[in-house]
Amino acid sequence: MLKRRIIPCLDIQDGRTVKGVRFVNIRDAGDPVELAKIYADQGADELVFLDITATIENRQTLIGLVERIAAEINVPFTVGGGINSVQDVAHLLKAGADKITVNSAAVRRPGLITEMAGEFGNQCIVVAIDTDLIQDNWMVVVDGGRTPVKLKTIDWAIQVASLGAGEILLTSMQNDGKKGGFSIDITAGVSRVVNIPVIASGGAGKMEHFREVFFDTSCSAALAASIFHFGEIGIRELKEYLNNEQIAVRI
Amino acid sequence: MIAIIKYNAGNIRSVQNALQRLGYESVITDDKEEILKADKVIFPGVGEAISAMKYLKEKDLDRVITSLNQPVLGICLGLQLMCRYSEEGNTECLNIFNSDVKLFPQVDKVPHMGWNNFFSFRGELFSGVSLKDDVYYVHSYYPEISSCTIAICDYILPFSSAMNKNNFYATQFHPEKSAAVGERILKNFLEI
Repeated sequence: MLKRRIIPCLDIQDGRTVKGVRFVNIRDAGDPVELAKIYADQGADELVFLDITATIENRQTLIGLVERIAAEINVPFTVGGGINSVQDVAHLLKAGADKITVNSAAVRRPGLITEMAGEFGNQCIVVAIDTDLIQDNWMVVVDGGRTPVKLKTIDWAIQVASLGAGEILLTSMQNDGKKGGFSIDITAGVSRVVNIPVIASGGAGKMEHFREVFFDTSCSAALAASIFHFGEIGIRELKEYLNNEQIAVRI
Repeated sequence: MIAIIKYNAGNIRSVQNALQRLGYESVITDDKEEILKADKVIFPGVGEAISAMKYLKEKDLDRVITSLNQPVLGICLGLQLMCRYSEEGNTECLNIFNSDVKLFPQVDKVPHMGWNNFFSFRGELFSGVSLKDDVYYVHSYYPEISSCTIAICDYILPFSSAMNKNNFYATQFHPEKSAAVGERILKNFLEI
């Protein structure tokens, strides 16, 4: 059986992890590679690294980091943040990333998805969709959730799938950081209308939230950041819990 | 020396990194002589069949690969190119394994992406591997089951998760991305 995936996300700035990390047995909490190794050993199915500064000057630092991650980590990983050209993708994949994620740039120019998928295969193109509830409609937002776009999330999801995305990373800005659970309705809606895997993101606060999103939607994976970084939930215990709840995960 | 065949497909460095973690040195090369004299050859790949086959033919690597006598391991697209034919771009492949490669019917999520278990496995490649183990897959096309099948995965339908004929081995999954289980399988291959 294909397992549901658990994916920790690390925010990167100048090649270092941004959000505070509370781990007892970690030598350097700011080193994304150290943290990634711990997660991989705990059973993380994949890792996502988001470069939140994503300036041209920082690109080289990011490439160096991706090379180090690729050398050390034995599970797949995705890199994103400020990607807006086929050239960006080429550099990151060459450095060893398995997949890349593109967000605002794809909203501004949807053809970019097709160009990237055509060049590197759709399996490595993850389109990140940030969504927010605006006047009772789930709408697409860009620039880290600051800018609303006149585009319904469901319509955009269908479009990115047909343009060649291999996977959708769906983040509910409504829920993000609030630890009240994933947004079930839009995650279920998007998972239903597209035939590519959907990663649910935004809102995880406790183990039951993962159970809920896997039970109530057909999403393929769930992503979270702070609850893992602060050790509120251990990846191993989360997967054992889900397994006991009859959700197929890799143990 | 282990030779990793260089061609226009992604993921080649990942294989080299995985070998390095296991303590094995390797070269990434498209040089005929270097490939022919290697102790082991790995034929990796993420990408698309038609352009990959075209590249192999241009470099005469199609004939080199089929002529190898040392243990060869194909991975993902590598496995698919070692089959007879692929529906991806209607591509005639290397015809080592007597299977065709077909597009998954769209009745569940495609690509088949993520960790999946496999069964009916046999041979030295799977020494120490258990039915509970999951390995990492990313693919939209699947190799049919044939007499060369040495492991089966069931996603949408049963397909060849691994294949073997004489000195040629191949996995549809990515051992280099499959955590400890994948390392075990790579090590088993390297110790053949």
